[in-house]
Amino acid sequence: MTSAPPILSCRDLALAVPGRTLCSDVAFDVRAGECWIVAGRNGAGKTTLLQTLAGLRRPAAGAVLLAGRPIAECAPRWRAQRLGFLAQDTFDAFPATALEIALGGRHPHVPRWRPESATDVSLAHAALAAVGMNDAALRDVQTLSGGERRRVALAMLLAQDPDVMLLDEPTSHLDIAHEVRSLELLARLAHDRGRAVVMALHDLTLAARFATHVILLGSDRVESGPAGALLTAEKLSTLFGQTLVAVAHSRGTVFVPD
Amino acid sequence: MHRTPHWIVLAALALLALAAFAFALTAGSVDIGVSAVARALLSRADDAGVGYAVVRELRLPRAMAAFAVGALLALAGTMMQVLLRNPLADPYVLGLSGGAACGALVALLAGTSALVTPGAFAGALVSTAIVFGLARGNGAWAPTQLLLTGVVVATGWGALIMLILTTAPEAQVRGMLFWLIGDLSGATRGGPGLLALAGVLGVAMFFARDATLLSRGDLTAASLGVSVRGTSLALHALAAFATAVAVTQAGSVGFVGLVVPHAVRLVIGNDQRWLMPAAALAGGALLTLADTAARTLFAPAQLPVGVLTAIIGVPLFLWLLRRTAR
Repeated sequence: MTSAPPILSCRDLALAVPGRTLCSDVAFDVRAGECWIVAGRNGAGKTTLLQTLAGLRRPAAGAVLLAGRPIAECAPRWRAQRLGFLAQDTFDAFPATALEIALGGRHPHVPRWRPESATDVSLAHAALAAVGMNDAALRDVQTLSGGERRRVALAMLLAQDPDVMLLDEPTSHLDIAHEVRSLELLARLAHDRGRAVVMALHDLTLAARFATHVILLGSDRVESGPAGALLTAEKLSTLFGQTLVAVAHSRGTVFVPD
Repeated sequence: MHRTPHWIVLAALALLALAAFAFALTAGSVDIGVSAVARALLSRADDAGVGYAVVRELRLPRAMAAFAVGALLALAGTMMQVLLRNPLADPYVLGLSGGAACGALVALLAGTSALVTPGAFAGALVSTAIVFGLARGNGAWAPTQLLLTGVVVATGWGALIMLILTTAPEAQVRGMLFWLIGDLSGATRGGPGLLALAGVLGVAMFFARDATLLSRGDLTAASLGVSVRGTSLALHALAAFATAVAVTQAGSVGFVGLVVPHAVRLVIGNDQRWLMPAAALAGGALLTLADTAARTLFAPAQLPVGVLTAIIGVPLFLWLLRRTAR
């Protein structure tokens, strides 16, 4: 697997927000089948990193490559057929059914003047079913709870069905059952269907369970690589400035604050 | 959420628009029956009957102008609500009507009524340029920044309007008030408005799917392959043009641009491919009905149509809102 060319990679990447450099010299390769988790303190730049990887924000330096092409030079539609992004917040200011929203994910695959095909509709239904929202397909999103809206937003990304999925805290607002189910779904998409997943996640125990690779976004250094070597109590304690203890459990490692 | 199929709503609105035209052509101080109206519409000038001049030269152009203005305002309102991600936005929210009004009022004040139309159009463009010039932060227009700038600029225009009204000779104030409330009695040509409407709707439909996604946030839209900057810019330009044309023809008719898109959205949803044409039909029909009522209710006196759009629209909207809430 590791010999396959990376689907998404970055070189000498530096990220900055107005008035502050977040990190520099970030470089890693994401390949099909991998599930990457970005961890770091609040304000470390997880969102900025994901948006930059998605081609939605210019890096301060360096480049992001999607399937070998500089992402800044990709046509938006071509990019959206291969790479999808779940934003931290979505706007539900206007009424729309869950199905309409999921269908929105088909946008890059449907020619401009063509209506969505029956295949698009069934893909949208399948995406809603995958997040357990197909029974609510015709419900107005404004009548749904925060967690249900989050799952509909995830369904939109699933309907888009890109090779690379970037997700900014996909499990926010979700109860623990749906949190685990959503992460299992994403891990399966990576493992069984050869998609690549990169997501910001705050729950380190779940990160340890689902990540194949990790990016630790520290204030002075960024480390990236296979999860086993990086998701240790020592590294995470330094990263968060909070002593953490790793407790071994039959289903994985649990990180407990000291 | 149970919804009537989209095409049925659209067909019903098209019928409503036809009915509005029928009402506009048959109602008035000269009694002309339906068959006489049909004859006037189909006949040539040289073999015309009594009603020909009234129908062809007075009622039809005015109905066409009313329809175009209503449809343009509803379309502009639909676009502004998406662009500002705010269901309370209307075509005038960025101060465009204030600029147009100042231009028109200055022309009226100078006694050159021929300059009212170009004055209004110029005022609308100046206002748009000011708002977009000031709200531009590092190369992009954020909705909040635009909205705040627009509201403040509109307040400025409002003050100028009051200044003009209070200093103008009394004989001119009534005409100015009619212009401010919105009035179609000066509309003598229907063609230009309908042409503008066709153009705006055509271009808007090109961007309809992108607009639907934009209403879910810039980031989401961009990640789905929408060119957010280009699309926003095009929609802003379209909305400004539509509003400028409407305001130039009829003054600042209120309410249509705010409530029609909102009301139609309650019935047909936020898919812009359906909402845009539906809002245009509904806005056009509403203004045609309102304008016909405005010129016939208290004939020979004419009411400014802007008053009637609100009187018809408010209860209609409240009823819709209650129906949906249940």
